[in-house]
Amino acid sequence: MSALGRRRGTVRTGTVVRVIEVNHLTKRYGSTTAVDELTFTVRPGCVTGFLGPNGAGKSTTLRMIIGLNDPTGGSVSVQGRPFRQRPRGLRHVGALLDAGDVHGGRSAAAHLGMLARTNAIPLRRVGEVLAEVGLTDAARRRIGGFSLGMKQRLGIAAALLGDPPVLLFDEPLNGLDPEGVRWVRDLFRRLAAEGRTVFVSSHLMSEMEHTADRLVVIGRGRLIADEPLAAFAARGQGSGVRVRTPDASALAGTLQAGGADVTRDGAGVLLVTGMDSERVGDLAFEHGLRLHELVVTTASLERAFMELTADSVEYATGETR
Amino acid sequence: MTALSTAPAATTAPRAEPDEPSARFRDLLAGEWFKLWSMRSMRWGYALGAIGIVWLNANSALADVQDWDHFSAAQRAGFVPGSAFADTFTNNAGITVLLVAGVLGAMSLVSEYSSGLIRVSFAAVPSRRALLGAKIAVLTAVMLAFGLVLTFTSFGLSEAILSSKHAGISLSQPGIRSGLTAAILLPVVSGLVGLGLAAVIRHSAATVVAVVSLLLLIPDFLTDQHYWSACLDHAMPFRAFQFLHDLTPYRVNPYMKYPVHPRGEWWVFLLWPLVSVVVALVLVEKRDV
Repeated sequence: MSALGRRRGTVRTGTVVRVIEVNHLTKRYGSTTAVDELTFTVRPGCVTGFLGPNGAGKSTTLRMIIGLNDPTGGSVSVQGRPFRQRPRGLRHVGALLDAGDVHGGRSAAAHLGMLARTNAIPLRRVGEVLAEVGLTDAARRRIGGFSLGMKQRLGIAAALLGDPPVLLFDEPLNGLDPEGVRWVRDLFRRLAAEGRTVFVSSHLMSEMEHTADRLVVIGRGRLIADEPLAAFAARGQGSGVRVRTPDASALAGTLQAGGADVTRDGAGVLLVTGMDSERVGDLAFEHGLRLHELVVTTASLERAFMELTADSVEYATGETR
Repeated sequence: MTALSTAPAATTAPRAEPDEPSARFRDLLAGEWFKLWSMRSMRWGYALGAIGIVWLNANSALADVQDWDHFSAAQRAGFVPGSAFADTFTNNAGITVLLVAGVLGAMSLVSEYSSGLIRVSFAAVPSRRALLGAKIAVLTAVMLAFGLVLTFTSFGLSEAILSSKHAGISLSQPGIRSGLTAAILLPVVSGLVGLGLAAVIRHSAATVVAVVSLLLLIPDFLTDQHYWSACLDHAMPFRAFQFLHDLTPYRVNPYMKYPVHPRGEWWVFLLWPLVSVVVALVLVEKRDV
């Protein structure tokens, strides 16, 4: 097992509930309701994605989970207790809320060293987590000179410092290069495989597609979905067939006569549902219609997400919808 | 959630509760101590502040020694103890201490708010009051050491310079203990007032403006013409320092309309930091960060 997986002290299995429980959580700022009667549970052993459009209340919810903001109503507990009741936090919850929440005047090692001291974490952990996130060479450099990607890595290092059973990340992929994105995904999967509770927010479905096992989706502070990824994907439009043809009108008529649903998607492109690709190809062949492209499209999580949250986009642009 | 506790080996074995060492205040002190000195700007701030203040005092003594021959006989006769003691910690040095210690004390907290680091700090230590208490303890200790170093270095240097004219005073001079104590405590008072303002305002620039206004500008606008104005004036930490540090106090000045009571000024010196600390400790638990 990796350095992260090492446990200290005695093992007491099954005595503590290792989850985040959000119960009718509400947060109001004046007349604005940022989070509205939110209820969901985050379980250990899997990566749970926390999705919603910008301004949906994700960050506010995460802040309430670790007690930075007090809820207006409802409650939230981590491992069965409100987080604020813990005198020290790093061994219970590792959180990266905003990679910019650091002081630029300290070095990476000093930033982590100061956090480690407050929680009585051995200082060798600082070197371990810096190596874990690939910042060993930058340990002595001032954080002020770090790129956003490096700050994300430092924030992840800080979250791992106390070897906590619960980890929260708010938009952790921002500013990371493709290699970094892959590394973070693998890290989340590994943390979950070690039995930890991993809760990751994002406003992009595509980021969660290959990372999360479960999804909690919110819009305008309200819960929209709380289910496994596969169940969520099934909500979107099912699989279909995309056809490019110079004989679009004729083919559309033929397919509709054969019982398919056909929609036009630009010049010479048809989107066909309710019919498989073999049947589409056969019908075209039988009627002597030319096909330039025949593609099977799978259900898009992105589309499912867009459809579900369409009514709850806080900052919608004027043109579309 | 009972399902989880009774059937722990469903897909992945749940992780054990960490065997956590008990929360010790000592760890928070160590963290805050390290937090303070790991900032290059803080190290420079204290070092340059100390050098500047000691230089102000030594320079004042040097100037008096150089001008000694131009002094009248009456001036020379009256130089000890009042003027000699003033050379060991001048009014300008007092102003500089107010600004330097006030701003350094404010920055020790407000830099966390303005950078956002406070959220990381509170996520690491959810008992906010304990964490701020540790910060206050460390700041108080550092400011006390700062005051001791400043006061005695200045005293030693200035006395050495004045001794060439046999114009020095000794530590047995009546009233000198109270004056030295006021100088030693001035950084603590200023630093904690700065921290209290930072806890209320939580914004860097506004906090610095408030520190300068409260500690320095407002006392300068207050006069002893009216009773209310004199009361306010005497209740400012800067005035308290001036009165307490004065060996030939104008509190016995017959022309003063509203004389100052030394005991009252000690209360001023005590209450300003005390109220600041209490306000900071109350607010930190209540507000979202």
